[in-house]
Amino acid sequence: MTDPVISVRGLSVAYGNEQAVRDVNVDIPARQITAIIGPSGCGKTTLLRSISRLIELVEGVRVWGEVIFQGENIYAPHVDVTEIRRRIGLLAQRPFPLPMSIYENVVYGPRLHGERRRRVLDAIVEKQLRAAGLWDEVKGRLHAPASALSVGQQQRLCLARGLAVEPEVLLCDEATSALDPVSAQRIEARLIELKANYSIVLVTHVLRQARRLADYVIFMYLGELIEHGPASQVLNDPREAKMRAYLKGEFY
Amino acid sequence: MTKGRWRQLKDQFAGRLMTVLAIFATTLVPLIALALLMRARPLLDITPLGSLLTASDWHPLRGQFGFLPFIAGTLWVTGLAMVLAVPPCLLCAIYLAEYAPRRLREALKPLIDLLAGIPSVVYGLWGTLMIVPLIRAVITPWAGKHLRFIPVLATDNPTGYSILAGSVVLAVMVFPVIISMTEEVIRAVPDGLREAALALGATRWQMVKGVVLRRSLPGVIAAVALGFSRAFGETMAVMMVVGNVPQLPRSIFDAAYPLPALIANNYGEMMSIPLYDSALLTAALVLLLVVLVFTLAARVVLLQAVRRGT
Amino acid sequence: MGKHFEERIFLGLMIASTVIVVGSLVLILGTVVTKGLPALNLQMLTQVPKGGYYLGKEGGILNAITGSLALAGGATLVSAFLSLAVVLYLQLFAPNTRLAYLVRLSLDVLWGVPSIVYGAFGFTLLLLLGLRASLLGGIITLALLELPIMVRAMDEVMSMVPFELKEASYALGATRLETALRTVVRQTAPGLSTALLLALGRGIGDAASVLFTAGYTDRLPTSFLRPAASLPLAVFFQLGTPVPEVQQRAYASALVLTVIILLISLGARLLTRRLTRHVIR
Repeated sequence: MTDPVISVRGLSVAYGNEQAVRDVNVDIPARQITAIIGPSGCGKTTLLRSISRLIELVEGVRVWGEVIFQGENIYAPHVDVTEIRRRIGLLAQRPFPLPMSIYENVVYGPRLHGERRRRVLDAIVEKQLRAAGLWDEVKGRLHAPASALSVGQQQRLCLARGLAVEPEVLLCDEATSALDPVSAQRIEARLIELKANYSIVLVTHVLRQARRLADYVIFMYLGELIEHGPASQVLNDPREAKMRAYLKGEFY
Repeated sequence: MTKGRWRQLKDQFAGRLMTVLAIFATTLVPLIALALLMRARPLLDITPLGSLLTASDWHPLRGQFGFLPFIAGTLWVTGLAMVLAVPPCLLCAIYLAEYAPRRLREALKPLIDLLAGIPSVVYGLWGTLMIVPLIRAVITPWAGKHLRFIPVLATDNPTGYSILAGSVVLAVMVFPVIISMTEEVIRAVPDGLREAALALGATRWQMVKGVVLRRSLPGVIAAVALGFSRAFGETMAVMMVVGNVPQLPRSIFDAAYPLPALIANNYGEMMSIPLYDSALLTAALVLLLVVLVFTLAARVVLLQAVRRGT
Repeated sequence: MGKHFEERIFLGLMIASTVIVVGSLVLILGTVVTKGLPALNLQMLTQVPKGGYYLGKEGGILNAITGSLALAGGATLVSAFLSLAVVLYLQLFAPNTRLAYLVRLSLDVLWGVPSIVYGAFGFTLLLLLGLRASLLGGIITLALLELPIMVRAMDEVMSMVPFELKEASYALGATRLETALRTVVRQTAPGLSTALLLALGRGIGDAASVLFTAGYTDRLPTSFLRPAASLPLAVFFQLGTPVPEVQQRAYASALVLTVIILLISLGARLLTRRLTRHVIR
C-alpha cells in the first residue's frame, strides 16, 4: 500500500467493563473506499468513531493505543481534537440536519473555523451541494429550513455539510441504511466520485454494499480484527475461516 | 494566535466560568440559611429554638416570641387546603389522562396552567370578594345551625376571614400544581400495562384503579407533597383572607395567622422593636428548614419507590 | 352490572371535579374583569399617583406598571444569563458528574423555597451591603426567585435534544461552547423563550419577595438605588384603604396585572410557534 492516510496501532476501546475493540492494528489506504464489515456487535462502529475521537462523547469510555494521522498520534494529550474532527469528517446513519436553513447547515463548519466572507461561503455552498448531488433540487430555496427536506435530501445535505470543512477523510457510519433505495444509490454514487479526492472509510452491515463500493475491506468479529486486505481478495477468497463463514451468511 | 487556539481558549474559559456559576448555585441554599441565621442569632442566643416553637405567647413589646400559634395556623390552613384540593385534583387528573377525549384534554390543559400563572394578590382579591362573603353570609350561619355539635366547626368568628377562607383560596392555587404533575405521572404508565388489564376483561375504571393508579402511586404522592410544599409557603393570598389573629385555632371558622403572613405583615415594624427582626427572620428560617426537609424527603421517598417498582 | 356502577359514579365525580377546577378559573377571571373593568380608565394607566391619591384624588398606577416591568424585566435578564450558563454546563460541559447532581438537587430545593423567604434573604443581604429597599434590591431578589424556575424549564427542554445532533456539530470540529451556542440553543430556542416568559410572569406577579426589598414609591423607576413600585403591592395597598374609590382602583390594578400576565403567557405560545420553524424533530 502507498502511504496510508491513517494508521491504527494497538487500538483498544472499552465501555465501562465491556471490551468493544481489542488491539486493532490496521492501515487505512489513502484515496480509496475502505469498508469495515462484520456481524452486529463486532465493534465496527466503535472502531470507526475512534478514528476521529468521536468515541470520547460516550460516557465512561476508555481508549488505549494510537491512531496516527498526518504523522501524529491523534490521541496524544496536546492535540487539538476540534482540528482532528475537521479533517476527519462524519456522515452518520440517520441524517441530522442542524436546526437552521440549508445554507446555514453547509456553512456551519467553515464559519466555525473562521470563514466570514460572503462570496467565499456562497461558493462553498454551491460547490458542496453539487458534490453531494443536491444543488439542483435546492438552489432556489437555500434559506428554507433544512428540516423541510426529505430524508434522502437531508442525508445529502449532511454530506455537503461534512465536505464543506474540506476534510481529508470521510467516515460513513451505515450512511445509507436509513434511506430508501433510490436515495441510497445516489449517496453511493457520490461516494464513488468523491474517492478521487477523499479517503473514505465506511461501516456497513450489507455485504452487497461492500462489494459495490469497497476497494479495501476490514473484517471485525467480537472486537477483534480478523482479516483485512484489498476487496477483491477478502471478499472473494479470504484467508480466515470466520471471514469465509461471514460471506456465506452464517452470522445472521 | 491561531484561530484554533483562540477557540480552545474561549471554550476553556467558558467551561471554567460555568463551573464557578454552578458551584455558586449549590451554595445558595446554605447561603440563605446562613444569612437568616446570622440575623436570627440575637434571639436564638436568648431563647433556644425549641421553646420558641412551642410557646404560645406573642408579645413583641415584652420580648415574648412564641411561634406556636403561627405554626398551628400554618398547619391548619395548609392541611385543610390539601384536604379540599387533593380529591378533586386526583379525580380531574385521572379524567384528563384516561377518559377525556384528546381535543378536550388539549383545550383544558392550557386553562389549568393559566391558574398557575395568576398572581397571589389576585387570588387574595378573589378571596376577599367572593369567598369571604360566601363564608360569612352562607356557610358560617349554616354550619352554626346544623353542625354546631362538631367542635372543629364551631363558629365563633362571624366575619368570614377564617382558616376556611384561606384554605379554599390556597386549594385553588395548588390545583394546577397537583393536577399537571399527577396527569403526567399517569400518562407515563406504559400502554402495554393498560392493554394487559383490558384484555382480561377489566372495565376502564377497574384498569385505572387496579393497575394505573397502583403503578403511579409514588408519583402521585410526590405531586401531593409538591402541592403541600407550595401551599406551605404561600403568603399574599392567604394573608388577605385569613384574619391574621395570633391565636391557637380551634375551628376552621376561626381566624389564624400563618407564619408567612406574620413575616409579611410586620416587616415595617421589624427594626423598631428590639429582637423583632430576629424573631421574624427566625420564622423565615423555620420556613426554609421545613421546605428543605420536605424536598429532600420527597426526593428520597420517590427514588426509593421508583427503585422498588422497576 | 356491578362493575360498571362504580365506574359511573366515579366518572360523575371526575367530571364534577374538572368542572370545579375550570369553574374556579372562570370565577376568578370573571371577578377580576367585572370588578376591575368599570374602574379602569386611561388616567389609571398613564399617570402616577398625585397628592391625595390614596384618599381618592387624582392619579394612576403608572408607577406600579413601569416598576413591575423594570423589576421583573431586569430580574429575568439577570436570571436568564445565569440559568443558561448553568443549564449549558449541566448538559454539555459536565453532564452526569457529581457536581451536576448537586446543582440539580440544590435547584430543586430552591424551587420550593417560598417567595417570602427570598424576600427575607434579600432584606438581610441589603442590610449587609448597606443598601436600602430599591429597584436593585428587588431585581436581585427576583432574579434569585426566578432562577430555579428557569433552570428547571430550560433543563427539561435541553434534555430532549437528541445526542446525534450534538454529535453532528462535534463531528464538524466544533468545541463544546460552539455546539452549545450555535446548535443546542438554536434547537431549543422555543423552549428557552417559553422558560424565560414563564419566569417573567412569575416575577411580575410576586409580591412577597419585593415587599421588603424593592419598597414602594409613587414615582417612576428612574434610579437603581431608589425604591420601585410594583403592581401586586399596588393592589394590596390600595385594597387595604377604607376609601371605596381607592378600593375600586385596586380592582382595576388587579385587572391590569392579570392582563399583563395573560399577554405574556399568550406571547410565549406564539413565540414558540414561530421559533419552531427550524427545530429538528
